[in-house]
Amino acid sequence: MKIAIASGKGGTGKTTLSSNLASYLAEHREVVLTDMDVEEPNSGLFIQADLKHEEDKFKMVPQWVEDKCTLCGICQKVCNFHAVIQLGTMIMVLPELCHGCYACSELCPESALPMIPKKMGKLIEFRSDNLHFIESRLDIGEEQAVPLIRQTRNYIDKTFPDEVIKIYDAPPGTSCPVIEVTKDADFVILITEPTPFGFHDLKLAVETMRKLDKSFGVVINRDGIGNNDVMDYSEAEKIPLLAKIPNDRIIAEFYSKGQLIYKEVPAFRHELDGIIAYIKTLKDLKQ
Amino acid sequence: MKEIVVISGKGGTGKTSLTASFAYLGGEDVIVADCDVDAADMHLLLEPDFEEKEDFYSGELAYIKQDQCIRCGKCAKVCRYDAILTIHNVFTVDSLSCEGCGYCARICPTNAIINRKPIAGTWYISNIKTGSIMVHAKLGIGADNSGKLVAKVKAEAKEIAEDEFKDYVIVDGSPGIGCPVVSSLSGASFVVIVTEPSVSGLHDLKRVYELIQKFKIKAGCLINKSDINPKLTEEIETFLRIENIEHIANLPYDEDFTKAMTNGQTIVEYSNGHLKEMIDKSWNKIKQLVTNN
Ligand code: SF4
Ligand code: SF4
Ligand code: SF4
Ligand code: SF4
Repeated sequence: MKIAIASGKGGTGKTTLSSNLASYLAEHREVVLTDMDVEEPNSGLFIQADLKHEEDKFKMVPQWVEDKCTLCGICQKVCNFHAVIQLGTMIMVLPELCHGCYACSELCPESALPMIPKKMGKLIEFRSDNLHFIESRLDIGEEQAVPLIRQTRNYIDKTFPDEVIKIYDAPPGTSCPVIEVTKDADFVILITEPTPFGFHDLKLAVETMRKLDKSFGVVINRDGIGNNDVMDYSEAEKIPLLAKIPNDRIIAEFYSKGQLIYKEVPAFRHELDGIIAYIKTLKDLKQ
Repeated sequence: MKEIVVISGKGGTGKTSLTASFAYLGGEDVIVADCDVDAADMHLLLEPDFEEKEDFYSGELAYIKQDQCIRCGKCAKVCRYDAILTIHNVFTVDSLSCEGCGYCARICPTNAIINRKPIAGTWYISNIKTGSIMVHAKLGIGADNSGKLVAKVKAEAKEIAEDEFKDYVIVDGSPGIGCPVVSSLSGASFVVIVTEPSVSGLHDLKRVYELIQKFKIKAGCLINKSDINPKLTEEIETFLRIENIEHIANLPYDEDFTKAMTNGQTIVEYSNGHLKEMIDKSWNKIKQLVTNN
């Protein structure tokens, strides 16, 4: 079972929810928590676990072999991303722009552009009892999150059997990185704040999930601030409201120190229980 | 004309509320660019009138014309993104997976594949309640190229500022360190980083600053909710000193941030007290830093 935790806008409590939910679930069963926000991975700050495994992640980019090149210009023409350009008698590859489609490499008549691996980031795996934690981190200067997310998903599918619960902490927004994370999730939790910003971004996230044909529910964080728009909307749209996490300065303070909140705040744990109960009904439906 | 970019690395630090407040204080002198195109929220505070609107086309999307396809399977073989779906020997393109590399169309023996330009988003030019103009956008769902839309919004804002002899463009930047942020930062005169004293706030501040250094742009930092964790606030202040980042101000944890937002107002309109004064001072300091730069 794969559960993605996403939100239209950042800072609504995605990481708080995913790290707490995963740790809480791990008290009784095996869980894999993955920080898929590869641009700003943060979950690890809340998880204490031992390093198990580390590997560099590579993307494939072409490398120019000058001796073989006849300067025919095909490579520049076929690259839709302007990542290969011809400058006088030189072919230049701009790895940050390359999407690794292989077109230039395979269409080069002289085989003068072999694909070579280039490091784009790192995958780190930690473990503490039942909780596996995986973090992927994009190198600074790398602009594309999607290839690293894709490889991270593959790693998890390969490493952990289906019955293990997998929780993905998704990047914020509704563009390609979020799609890449939520694509194969069985259930998506959208977390939002009951404010105009939260409401506006929730609507975009809901639109996205509907387009992807996902089953999803909403969690309201910092309940009590703002207004009732999110509640009314969820009700009108028949979106299950999974939990309402109260607005409490204490929670913000525990969070700021990197502490797990469910251990300290019973009301928070109670909300997690509600989410877990809901997820269990889903599983029953599927079987 | 100076371009001030406000970013935060991590979300939820109050970046947009503060940017809108600066825009409000700057009034007619400031053209606003909302470059957080993935979650554009500034319009909820600044009452734009959406006067001009234009679709933004970007990238490509492969499409297979079934009547020309001879089902040879070559396209599926070359596609590195598993975007060609084969169901009962019928080949179609999964538009959410297609990267628009165009490779399949180049090798299709019957030219059955065409590339379409999808609408990646819409951008707007609006008059706003500050008496000035805002350029903003809405990214299409699952759209690629948010970096290009960011670049478009910024370029438009800049052009308007130059045409109308405005002093400042203030940019609400995108989160993360990927292409949208890179587009937000390029060409900036000064970066304001909004952070908060949490372990993730500090972590993201360091990461985003590493990126800023690559652009060699001068930066200043606002620590919001600074009283939530005084120890970490101190740690952030030390980091700022070491890295020679201007420390603009510490702001308190204040429910007025959300109350103002719920009212559809900037903080400086909603709050009259101490908070307004501090934001006022911050804006003056930013202007000073930008001018001295
Ligand atoms: S396609 Fe190959 S031979 Fe032609 S210019 Fe490019 S690298 Fe050189
Ligand atoms: S692999 Fe594709 S994206 Fe990369 S340089 Fe070659 S043609 Fe361009
Ligand atoms: S390469 Fe062209 S002809 Fe062959 S299966 Fe693909 S679309 Fe059809
Ligand atoms: S354009 Fe590229 S990504 Fe899209 S279907 Fe064709 S080969 Fe695949």
